[in-house]
Amino acid sequence: MIRDITIGQYYPADSVIHKLDPRVKLLATLVFIVSLFITTNYIAYVVAAIFLVTMVKLSKVPLKFILKGLKAIFMILALTVIFNLFLTQGEPLVSFWKITITKEGLRTAILMAVRLVFLIIGSSLMTLTTTPNQLTDGMEKGLSPLKKIKVPVHEIAMMMSIALRFIPILLEETDKIMKAQAARGADFDEGGIIKKAKSLIPILVPLFVSAFRRANDLAMAMEARCYYGGDGRTKMKPLKYKGKDYVAYIILAVYLAAIILIAVLL
Amino acid sequence: MIIADGVNYVYSAGTAYEKHALKDINLVINDGEFIGVIGHTGSGKSTLMQLFNGLEKATSGSIYYNGQDIYDEDFKMKELRNKVGLVFQYPEHQLFETTVLEDVKFGPRNQGLSALDVDMRAYEALKAVNFREELYDASPFELSGGQKRRAAIAGVLAMQPEVLILDEPTAGLDPKGRDHILKLLSKLHEEKGITIILVSHSMEDVAEYVDRIIALNDGSIAFDGAPKEVFTHYKELEKIGLRAPQVTYVMHALKDKGFDVDTSAITVKEAKEEILKALKKKRSGEGEL
Amino acid sequence: MNMVQADNLSFEYIRRNEEGEVESISKAIDGVSMTITKGDFVAILGHNGSGKSTLAKHINALLSPTEGTLIVDGMDTSDEANIWKVRQKAGMVFQNPDNQIIASVVEEDVAFGPENIGIPTEKILKRVTESLEAVGMTKYRHHSPNKLSGGQKQRVAIAGIMAMHPDCIVLDEPTAMLDPKGRREVIKTVRKLNKEEGITVILITHYMEEVIDADKVIVMDNGKIVMQGTPKEIFSEVEKVKGYRLDVPQVTELAYELRKEGVNIPADILSAEEFVEAL
Repeated sequence: MIRDITIGQYYPADSVIHKLDPRVKLLATLVFIVSLFITTNYIAYVVAAIFLVTMVKLSKVPLKFILKGLKAIFMILALTVIFNLFLTQGEPLVSFWKITITKEGLRTAILMAVRLVFLIIGSSLMTLTTTPNQLTDGMEKGLSPLKKIKVPVHEIAMMMSIALRFIPILLEETDKIMKAQAARGADFDEGGIIKKAKSLIPILVPLFVSAFRRANDLAMAMEARCYYGGDGRTKMKPLKYKGKDYVAYIILAVYLAAIILIAVLL
Repeated sequence: MIIADGVNYVYSAGTAYEKHALKDINLVINDGEFIGVIGHTGSGKSTLMQLFNGLEKATSGSIYYNGQDIYDEDFKMKELRNKVGLVFQYPEHQLFETTVLEDVKFGPRNQGLSALDVDMRAYEALKAVNFREELYDASPFELSGGQKRRAAIAGVLAMQPEVLILDEPTAGLDPKGRDHILKLLSKLHEEKGITIILVSHSMEDVAEYVDRIIALNDGSIAFDGAPKEVFTHYKELEKIGLRAPQVTYVMHALKDKGFDVDTSAITVKEAKEEILKALKKKRSGEGEL
Repeated sequence: MNMVQADNLSFEYIRRNEEGEVESISKAIDGVSMTITKGDFVAILGHNGSGKSTLAKHINALLSPTEGTLIVDGMDTSDEANIWKVRQKAGMVFQNPDNQIIASVVEEDVAFGPENIGIPTEKILKRVTESLEAVGMTKYRHHSPNKLSGGQKQRVAIAGIMAMHPDCIVLDEPTAMLDPKGRREVIKTVRKLNKEEGITVILITHYMEEVIDADKVIVMDNGKIVMQGTPKEIFSEVEKVKGYRLDVPQVTELAYELRKEGVNIPADILSAEEFVEAL
């Protein structure tokens, strides 16, 4: 189940999208999501679809791999469609038994489905082509103006990258603790909710103890390596815009302008 | 008695991470044995141990416990876990209760015993690991490394297993803590007749304590026999990332230099006797000349 | 020239209860005086709780002495102003390989230290390349640390310290959680850095086989230094070493046992070759 979620997984490939500055991709994703919600005009969605398909082609990530990510949201998608389809009031289109499908219902259902699918594909395209480290770097640099209003941008980015490093370790540790308690006769599947919740204590307590111990060790190791916050730090690979990043920004601006024009004029 | 018959284990079958962790393992583990399992990291030791108490299931092949196929539909896996106790690496990382005593009770309580029996089992187990009585009510998190380790081992012992498997029980302990644990295992083996399977990286420890060695390499059994016998293959052992105790090398070097010694010594005590014998022989030989 | 110099160094752990009153004071280090010469390979031995780790943390200025002074390369570690310089001069590698790697890519972790001390970008890249080369991990430069073995992780940690261009590396039981192969990898790497780069190495351990090639061995017990000398000097006193709850190498013990039986063999034997020669 967890393996099916392609959102957040990096797909290594040598493409122009992979090589873009993460700030460009972060902003592009944001712009794309916004563009999906500012209009209901179908021409705008055709433009968005062309934009998206082009990006997917350029990214060299196989379409099959991206579509696999949709499996995870299939239930949400189906529910959205069903609710909109049957519960929207308006001009009846088809009617059978107690159920009526209205014209408006059909429209909203399709609209919501398209929006959701585009949104997932768009955002997973970002994570598929950007390593978690580039993402945090991009976030830190992209949001650095917020430092002026005392937002701890560096600290947030550092926390994110440490979390990314330790999530797999803690997952493995959870597995180990569960096995160790199972070896002592613990049963995680039997009984009602209360019993099940109780059976989590032997896992959660050691897991927290371990997480705190790791945090303590890590803090000491960071201090020992002269870490004292973001001030005065340099970067091995500082983010620097290149020619293609500016081109990408121009394309993005053109796309947004086109969508807005369609929304306003048509 | 545990029998492994043609056991295979494959991780993440069908993905890029597929790994054949165990390949056609055939083994008989008799009651009352003290076995040392050696092998480099990734040789399949830990997986094999988890198969023995049913935490992992073999991809193919069978495991029999006291003649019963543990993969039989009506076989009760929970009972197997009561009989085959498994102490994981760094077992103190699984302690969770507010007091040592409560933590040790966790196992027997899961077995569904009466409160009185649970108490008795816990006291008995803590006594068996030489745990200081004034610390029974201490929080497990306040103990020293060696004490925590013993409390955790008591937690498994309290389930009164017939077979006790320990995955590197001395990892990270200092020499004193290590000796304490090993002596304890030896005592449990002798006095209670528990079958003990000790996974270890220390050839010196294995040579000193166990009476049978199983050496694993890349998921297969490379050697299986008495320590003296297994360590005569020290050159082959080196090829699979293992070695013999230091004294064995000394004995071989002495033999190469012309000393008339038996090279099978694997402990300091044996080596000492062997060398003394050789020296005496040499001296009397020289005397005759 | 002294890399480290301790004068009557003491450190107390103070435990307070919930009201902030002092509950108990335990002396982790008790009046330690010693010097460590630049370029030496020094091993500190002692059972758990003997104070050896606490001493190590002083050399990196992670702890500062309750009494006495500790000078690292001419800098007093009690002086706040020196802290970051001391940490750059005397890098520290810890026991748990997982809990000291910060980044999700090997090269980014090695770059962490130099980034912290504000080394310019081009120089960081050079340092990272050199450090990975020095510990033999160049091949894994773009790998995730999660996929490495314990020994490899420790070598990455050592590379991370080397990239800060220290004069001295303090290793606090770096091999305690490793298998024999990983242990050998780490010790070989450290020895190479000591020989080829002239780095002062302070190795804290309780594995005797890691100690026999050291220039100097310090044995600690109860927060005090109880023995000091070359490995031969230390291990020739088998009874005394065992009294401090430590091991001696098997050959040394064998030679000791044979001496007790009246065999004429020197007491300071540390390797199988020496043993065979002596007999």
